[in-house]
Amino acid sequence: MTLTERLREKISQAFYSHGLLCASYPVPIVLFTGLCILACCYPLLKLPLPGTGPVEFATPVKDYAPPPADPDHQPGEPSERPEWYVGAPVAYIQQIFVKTSVSPWHKNLLAVDVFRSPLSRAFQLVEEIRNHVLRDSSGTRSLEEVCLQVTDLLPGLRKLRNLLPEHGCLLLSPGNFWQNDRERFHADPDIIGTIHQHEPKTLQTSATLKDLLFGVPGKYSGVSLYKKRRTVSYTITLVFQHYHAKFLGSLRARLMLLHPSPNCSLRAESLVHVHFKEEIGIAELIPLVTTYIILFAYIYFSTRKIDMVKSKWGLALAAVVTVLSSLLMSVGLCTLFGLTPTLNGGEIFPYLVVVIGFENVLVLTKSVVSTPVDLEVKLRIAQGLSSESWSIMKNMATELGIILIGYFTLVPAIQEFCLFAVVGLVSDFFLQMLFFTTVLSIDIRRMELADLNKRLPAEACLPPIKPVGRPARYERQLAARPSMPHTITLQPSSFRNLRLPKRLRVVYFLARTRLAQRLIMAGTVVWIGILVYTDPAGLRTYLAAQVTEQSPLGEGPLASMPVPSSVLPASHPDPAFSIFPPDAPRLAENRTRPREQPEPVGPAESVQDAPVPEVTWGPEDEELWRELSFRHWPTLFSYYNVTLAKRYISLLPVIPVTLRLNPREALEGRHPQDGRSSWSPRAPPGLWETAGPGGAQVPGDVTLYKVAALGLAAGIALVLLLLCLYRVLCPRDYGQPGGSGRRRRGELPCDDYGYTPPETEIVPLVLRGHLMDIECLASDGMLLVSSCLAGHVRVWDAQTGDCLTRIPRPGQRPESEGGGGAEAPGRWAQPPGGGAKTGAQEPGDSPPRRRRPRGPPPALFGDQPDLSGLIDTDFAAQPKPAQPEPRHRAGCSRAAGYDFGRLVQRACRSEGPARRPPSPVPVPPAEDPAWDKDSPPPAWAPSADGSIWSLELQGGLFVVGRSSGRLEVWDAMEGELCCSSEVSSSGITALVFLDRRVVAARLNGCLDFFSLETHTVFSPLQFRGTPGRGSSLSSLQSGSDMVACRLTHTVPCAHQKPITALKAAAGRLVTGSQDHTLRVFRLEDSCCLFTLQGHSGAITSVYVDQTMVLASGGQDGAICLWDMLTGSRVSHMFAHRGDVTSLTCTASCVISSGLDDLISIWDRSTGIKLYSIQQDLGCGASLGVISDNLLVTGGQGCVSFWDLNYGDLLQTVYLGKNSEAQPARQILVLDNAAIVCNFGSELSLVYVPSVLEKLD
Amino acid sequence: PAPSAPGAPDSSPAPRGPRAGSGHHDLVQRSLVLFSVGVILALVLNLLQIQRNVTLFPDEVIATIFSSAWWVPPCCGTAAAVVGLLYPCIDSHLGEPHKFKREWASVMRCIAVFVGINHASAKLDFANNVQLSLTLAALSLGLWWTFDRSRSGLGLGITIAFLATLITQLLVYNGVYQYTSPDFLYIRSWLPCIFFSGGVTVGNIGRQLAMGVPEKPHSD
Repeated sequence: MTLTERLREKISQAFYSHGLLCASYPVPIVLFTGLCILACCYPLLKLPLPGTGPVEFATPVKDYAPPPADPDHQPGEPSERPEWYVGAPVAYIQQIFVKTSVSPWHKNLLAVDVFRSPLSRAFQLVEEIRNHVLRDSSGTRSLEEVCLQVTDLLPGLRKLRNLLPEHGCLLLSPGNFWQNDRERFHADPDIIGTIHQHEPKTLQTSATLKDLLFGVPGKYSGVSLYKKRRTVSYTITLVFQHYHAKFLGSLRARLMLLHPSPNCSLRAESLVHVHFKEEIGIAELIPLVTTYIILFAYIYFSTRKIDMVKSKWGLALAAVVTVLSSLLMSVGLCTLFGLTPTLNGGEIFPYLVVVIGFENVLVLTKSVVSTPVDLEVKLRIAQGLSSESWSIMKNMATELGIILIGYFTLVPAIQEFCLFAVVGLVSDFFLQMLFFTTVLSIDIRRMELADLNKRLPAEACLPPIKPVGRPARYERQLAARPSMPHTITLQPSSFRNLRLPKRLRVVYFLARTRLAQRLIMAGTVVWIGILVYTDPAGLRTYLAAQVTEQSPLGEGPLASMPVPSSVLPASHPDPAFSIFPPDAPRLAENRTRPREQPEPVGPAESVQDAPVPEVTWGPEDEELWRELSFRHWPTLFSYYNVTLAKRYISLLPVIPVTLRLNPREALEGRHPQDGRSSWSPRAPPGLWETAGPGGAQVPGDVTLYKVAALGLAAGIALVLLLLCLYRVLCPRDYGQPGGSGRRRRGELPCDDYGYTPPETEIVPLVLRGHLMDIECLASDGMLLVSSCLAGHVRVWDAQTGDCLTRIPRPGQRPESEGGGGAEAPGRWAQPPGGGAKTGAQEPGDSPPRRRRPRGPPPALFGDQPDLSGLIDTDFAAQPKPAQPEPRHRAGCSRAAGYDFGRLVQRACRSEGPARRPPSPVPVPPAEDPAWDKDSPPPAWAPSADGSIWSLELQGGLFVVGRSSGRLEVWDAMEGELCCSSEVSSSGITALVFLDRRVVAARLNGCLDFFSLETHTVFSPLQFRGTPGRGSSLSSLQSGSDMVACRLTHTVPCAHQKPITALKAAAGRLVTGSQDHTLRVFRLEDSCCLFTLQGHSGAITSVYVDQTMVLASGGQDGAICLWDMLTGSRVSHMFAHRGDVTSLTCTASCVISSGLDDLISIWDRSTGIKLYSIQQDLGCGASLGVISDNLLVTGGQGCVSFWDLNYGDLLQTVYLGKNSEAQPARQILVLDNAAIVCNFGSELSLVYVPSVLEKLD
Repeated sequence: PAPSAPGAPDSSPAPRGPRAGSGHHDLVQRSLVLFSVGVILALVLNLLQIQRNVTLFPDEVIATIFSSAWWVPPCCGTAAAVVGLLYPCIDSHLGEPHKFKREWASVMRCIAVFVGINHASAKLDFANNVQLSLTLAALSLGLWWTFDRSRSGLGLGITIAFLATLITQLLVYNGVYQYTSPDFLYIRSWLPCIFFSGGVTVGNIGRQLAMGVPEKPHSD
């Protein structure tokens, strides 16, 4: 135990100093950490990059032999050959690259002629290759012996069965389109159609059949009607199983001999081995993608919790960087120490992230953010770190333990994972401590700076406040600002913190992020991208053609460098050949062009074919396969169920073959339909030459228009569809403030969004009688005492709502006496009442005794007509409390003469919000509360007795504290003053009445402890236990015949400034004052136990309960939780913008309300904000806790019930049907599940049956 | 038992006060979410279980996604809905609301670990089945301890694992359903562990859903 404590202390100390260090030197530490990360990641450079791209390795053809199967590293050259270069390859691939052209081009040749006869030569070539036999000393060797024999195609490829070879040599040529049958080819009227019939219509990810058979990328093949280049190239692909140098050599020699390529400069020196990485199929991709989605959701939900910092995004990024770079560091370190990762990094990565987790980072942020803002940044960081140090260390130890357990599973893969995770955890810890903490400190410093700068603008951008009287509040707040060193700027728009239905939330989310628009936009972009990529309309070729035309290097791959000394005029440096018919002057001119330097090959027709695009061989042809899709070979082999994953193939140097056809041959090969096929009318032979570019353009344009029209239509359809969905999902009145009928119902915030909670209407008991706003309210379950600004006190029966007693304010007494004897009895419904008051001023007990026999009837006397001198015709309704059907009162409550009362009340209310809590700054402290409380107009200015500042009721007696410093104890039933005490002239700001003990806190900061002494035993229990009122009265009468209050202790200077909050429980008394401190006293002997410091503003509210938990809220908007046994601060939350106005706790949460009209619910143990509720204006402080999980808040003419655990709005109860409802200022929850709401000058007593059920 | 169970939480007097209309609505929504989660997890995990020798053709892949019987994903979805509703219901009956790590980040973590356990069981080479089963059992218990730590969760998880294994056993025994290479009494011995961790995971989701989203104020 002590060891743990000591350890804990040490750790805390270490973290504290570390935090100081981090916050003091942020930049060097971040730099240092960055260097560390880089250093640790350095070994990663040696690792191969992830990805499925193939890797190449070239060896010279000469003396090539397949590498040995066993990887024995030669000591001399370990690095030269890659690790995969082991054993024989899957196959050797020999491509025979054929380039053909018809030359000379004759003007009555068709476009089809460009490729028809060249393609027909493929059959001949294939024939030659197939029949090639090597005869040498070792015997004969045919192609069949060395080539790769393939078996069936995969069953899924039935449609390709005729096109790809089966059961024989894997030999591919364009002839495969016609089953290697020359007759079929000649009979085919539409070559292009045949070639393209298997082209996929959609996005092509792998090689298409055309690519496979042609062996060259589509744009090089030249099989197109719109190509101006009349060179057709294709390859015949031969796949060998074994490397037989002699056979290959003889084949090459023979082909070169038959079809010489004189200007060929291919060197054919090296064999290229291509290694393919592991393939990831869709089947594996789906789980992978799922894990990544989960990972991102995790990251999202984690980083979303970062709150109250300057830049959420920055910190979230820092958190992600921390975790990611810790993983990189882990891999790097493991590699450094010789462990080579064998696991698939992409697969285990999400799990590693999840194991390492973001929790520590978040805990750190939370802890640092919740330190007091007025501290120095350094200290805040240090405190935050040290307060969470223990839990961080504990968590880390736990995780390490779990991982170590995993290490002992002795499964190699798990062990490796665990190793990575352990190193990752440690490096994550390192980074958290150095990198993240530092970034956090920078962020917090920035926040402070920004706060200092923006203090006024932040205030200025508050939403405009509609009702009267609000500006006063904000002015006050502004004025109060300088006393607070720091403020937290919260986002002003916190409308929507209510639990809304999910449907709406989705819609709001969509609306807020403009998701639909963005999706459509992104979709369009992707779609266009796909269009361009898949090129269904020949868009790319078209564009390429355009570019070719305009660029001076128009000939593309065939162009060699134009020599500057060209004779051609610069104005048309590159006329396409096809534009001009090949005639003599042209020919002569061409001769001079250095571009035509490669001398035409055909010895016979050298003169003729000069203007024809020359078949040239350049170095780029040697590596033509590079232009193919990298999935070309894997696709080919996968058709035969051979996988290239983790294996390699060897590409032999290509064999160049040049075929040269003359026009006669081309004409011979022509199909009868070619002449009248669909394209010939558009481009007749004669026109073809001249209209070359135009002819190419027209069809391209048409398709372009088609595509555009189609796209437009699709887009419109999509938009319409989304619009329909939107209309369906969205409430009709969305975005129209206050338009529909639903909005008319009160101003519950939830209603703004169309969410109607299950609401009911209850006709409450309206307790009416006060002329002005009710200020103090106290109850003990049976009785209810209220006092209004005018100084009247009324006692009500909490069950029936009858007004039992009325006590006028003492200041009126002379007036009532002077005005006439009739008035007082009339007002108070007790004929002897006026006299009683006068007599009752002296603490004598004879007047009560005298009137005792008349005790029960006072309520009945209310029937007497009201002749009050005050303009209060509302008292016409007043007699009704005695009527047997009190519920009707609400219905007929609109008395005619009520207007004056309302006016007065409004005038008072305008002062109301400013009234509480008292502000320390603008007024001298001693006067401040007086200014506050004396807000009623001067007509009701306090007399010598002063106005009532505090009121407490217990067991039939209530205690009144007045501004004059007078303490009065009244009998609630009789309406008689039992005793009074005037020890000091300083006003009593707060009272506690507990077990015959009365504690009064005064304006000058002193505390007076009184004890009430009665002659007989005074028992509130007896009172409460009696069911009926009559018997209770009798018991009270017998009990309280003599009450005297005696001053037992005085703490003369409990606080330097006025005491604003006073609460007692569990034998302790807690005071909160404007001097920013709280003090805890023992009730018996008024001994001060603790002085609690931690607030940076005046204390405005205090909560204490029997479990010795103390919560306090201050003007700084902060809430502190304290342990009353030790006097230590348990947690500190920044709750509100502006003062905390009221505070209460349940077993699990703390509920606070602030001047920002927000009710926030906090987790009591962790101090995490669970949720908050936006209140109506002016109802900010009205809240009450009915049970541990039921919260009631007030609104405009209604009360709402909330489930505390979940933040659900359970029910909204409208009190009466009147639309001009007033805000509920105050809510008092009685023991018998009744709620008293203070609506200005009237009280509503609500019984909630459902609440009763819940309590059982 | 599946169809009868979803009614149970509905009729129970949840301590959430008088929420007449929204309770039912909420319940339906929750069960829908849970159902879809179950279906997705079933499909994905089924894909994981199919070993590596999958060719690369889209047709084939589509076929492998639905390679098992068609009724398996809906069954998993229903089971997920039932379990996910059962957990908060039992919590409320026992009167101890689950408070441990109640946040979506933790739930996501839990799901990720669950998928990871499946991944491990599918992809790793273990020396023998005992080792595999022990490892998975340890992992599942670790999952429970990390994310749940409630007695009710443990009990319910074990019950679910037992029942689900029993049902699978019966199905396989009667030949309705064929699972890959049984190693212990017609089924794979690690199946209970997967069921257990699945139950805990789905329960976690269900509890979080039942708790609702503690909305923070949005900042535009």
